[in-house]
Amino acid sequence: MNALDLARWQFAITTVYHFIFVPITIGSGFLVAGLQTAWYRTAKEKYFRATKFFGKLFLINFAIGVVTGIVQEFQFGMNWSSYSRFVGDIFGAPLAMEGLLAFFLESTFLGLWIFGWDRLSKKAHLATIWLAAIGTLLSAYFILAANAFMQHPVGYVFNPDTGRAELKSIVAVLTQTTAVSAFFHTIPSAFLTAGALFAGVAGWMVLKGRDPEVARPVMKTGLIVMIVAFLFVGLTGDWSARVMTKQQPMKMAAAEALYDTKANAPFSLFTIGTLDGSKSVFQIGLPSVLSFMSTGDVNGTVEGVNDLQKTYAEKYGEGNYTPNIPLAYWSFRLMIGFGGIAALFALLTLWYMRKGGLPRGKFFLRTMIALPFLPILGNSFGWIFTESARQPWVVFGLFKTADGVSPGVSAGSVLFTMITFTLLYGVLAVIEFGLMVRTIKVGTDMTPVQSGESKTLTMAY
Amino acid sequence: MSFNSVWFILIAVLWIGYFILEGFDFGVGILLKVVAKNQAERRAVLTTLGPLWDGNEVWLLVAGGATFAAFPEWYATLFSGFYLPLFLILVSLIVRGVAFEYRSKYGKAQWRNRWDNAIVVASFIPALLWGVAFANIVRGVPLEKSATGAIEYAGGFFNLLNPYALIGGLTTLSLFVTHGAFFLALKTEGDIRVRANAIGIKMGLVTAVLAVVFLGWTLAALTSKASVVTGSLIVVVSWLAALAANYKGREGWAFLFSAITTAFVVITLFFGLYPNVMPNITAGGPGLDIFNASSTQYTLKVMTVVAAVMTPLVLIYQGWTYWVFRKRINPNQIAKPESGVLDSLSA
Repeated sequence: MNALDLARWQFAITTVYHFIFVPITIGSGFLVAGLQTAWYRTAKEKYFRATKFFGKLFLINFAIGVVTGIVQEFQFGMNWSSYSRFVGDIFGAPLAMEGLLAFFLESTFLGLWIFGWDRLSKKAHLATIWLAAIGTLLSAYFILAANAFMQHPVGYVFNPDTGRAELKSIVAVLTQTTAVSAFFHTIPSAFLTAGALFAGVAGWMVLKGRDPEVARPVMKTGLIVMIVAFLFVGLTGDWSARVMTKQQPMKMAAAEALYDTKANAPFSLFTIGTLDGSKSVFQIGLPSVLSFMSTGDVNGTVEGVNDLQKTYAEKYGEGNYTPNIPLAYWSFRLMIGFGGIAALFALLTLWYMRKGGLPRGKFFLRTMIALPFLPILGNSFGWIFTESARQPWVVFGLFKTADGVSPGVSAGSVLFTMITFTLLYGVLAVIEFGLMVRTIKVGTDMTPVQSGESKTLTMAY
Repeated sequence: MSFNSVWFILIAVLWIGYFILEGFDFGVGILLKVVAKNQAERRAVLTTLGPLWDGNEVWLLVAGGATFAAFPEWYATLFSGFYLPLFLILVSLIVRGVAFEYRSKYGKAQWRNRWDNAIVVASFIPALLWGVAFANIVRGVPLEKSATGAIEYAGGFFNLLNPYALIGGLTTLSLFVTHGAFFLALKTEGDIRVRANAIGIKMGLVTAVLAVVFLGWTLAALTSKASVVTGSLIVVVSWLAALAANYKGREGWAFLFSAITTAFVVITLFFGLYPNVMPNITAGGPGLDIFNASSTQYTLKVMTVVAAVMTPLVLIYQGWTYWVFRKRINPNQIAKPESGVLDSLSA
């Protein structure tokens, strides 16, 4: 493998890993804030216990999200210096804004929240968790706007003298449909993920007969959040697909392994056989669904890979403009599949709970514990699809991934850092998972809420 | 003043913020096992950083992001050029952050001891390497113009380990340790405070010697601009004031002066650089300055507006955090220091 391949693997590994924790953090930040608000409003101790308990799980995740995020800020310069030079004028701005508007807000107010239980008034303390949660949303917006520029560059002009893209309109970059639709697709996914985590943990509590006062409302909330979130994920996913078909038709064609341009194109659910353009052996398809997904019209024409390849070769010069089709095809399906199964499961569980009961049955509850992993996998496959099916471009139609790598960094250096990051991240994953499981097993703290001055600190490292 | 100069100043401000804030928390991390002899003390020491370290570290992320936005060529050349030192810093910051959050979850001695060692080492490495990196920037590094016209770093890893840069690294290391000791003296009670005060004096003198050598070398060999001379003098005077205040037990003043010293070390180095951002070590060779490394005027203007609105706001709420957590921490405030929240499984 050369430095380019290694740098791509490193980006993939560090980013997919980072994004396991990000949606959990965004979603559970708000859910914990909701629980604390319930405690603030009703003064019921069960909400206090729930806030503390789920707050712990939230923080264990947050720690890994934060530290792996540091790598994200610097690896553009380290491994992708030519890319950084080319887009820095545009791409750096949302990154810097993310730091100034979002990172400071999250980190500062989360610090206040963690350590401020006995230092702030109840109201001020409640405000800190909301501000931290809002910080995570802002952060998501800016980074998605930066990513949207890579999917669909706008608000720039190419300067032939310097050979780099220059910013013409920050408003265009920050408000383009690609960014907005990605934001409204990603955030509900984060809520789906956090809802599944809460419901899964509550499922375990029910299975073990722990703190039913907390388990029941949390399970119900988690499941409802999942279903509402999934509705939004679906709607905005549909929107994103249309935006994508218009802006990156090759990506949609790759997602469907659709080689030849078709009207009334079917959406293939499953394919056995090769995806390389020769006939598939066996395929289940939903007639016209792809056309509808891509164009909003069942009779719409969807362009195929072969035609697009020809068009791009004419437009951008000779070269391979086709992404890895099997990867695109399967990651697209797995994204939808994992999210959909999670939502179906949530719906089924709520149905069981409709008369005020709790789901019973060991098998059912055990399955429920696995629930959080489904949206996490869906999130990962979603990004693997979005990024891999844009290839060979790093900025679509403007700059190729192969041109972006740092020329001065040797393959050996990238290999060394990649192996170290991978090992380190692996160890952290084991520790993190162990702490999560242990925290869940220890369970909610039944000591009554302390009031008044205390000689000891409520929170200490 | 051009937007280019404004951003040169703003980048300096972000590094000043970063080194003052994470500087002391590196120092506290390095001193963890020296100033704190038992679990209650260790936890008291870490609790002084608890609500602050993450916000402190954001200054680095913003310095990185702002450099990307305002001087993309600098960002690209610097981080691809100083590849391995930066990588070591990143690994350290990852390990350190996780260590803070996880070390007291269990009471097991081995668990805690391993994380404590991680905190010490992962604080030591960046405290040293940031100095090495900045000294190299000021000294100049081998740079070449590539076929695409980009100015790329052309040295290797070992090129960065020259004597001047190593002195620079030892200076920041020792400065941050002292700064951390002053912070602990200000924020704790009891034995930790006494020990921190004593370390502050010793390390303060070591720092004084290193800083004089480093700044003297800078003035003798690299630049003798009036601004650099003035900056260096302020560093020396304010450091003496910090040591005097520490000696007299005026802990707040000692910390304030060590913060001012840290600020003026950065200011002096940036004075030395201006208008370059990454000079070539060979005179006349291609180098990066605030003009050829910068974004377009439009981008700089947009970012100036954002920074002008947000920076004061950040300073206000971050300052408020320091106010909320202003009280000294006493080890006897840590309930059950030997046990962790995850030790016992409830019935």
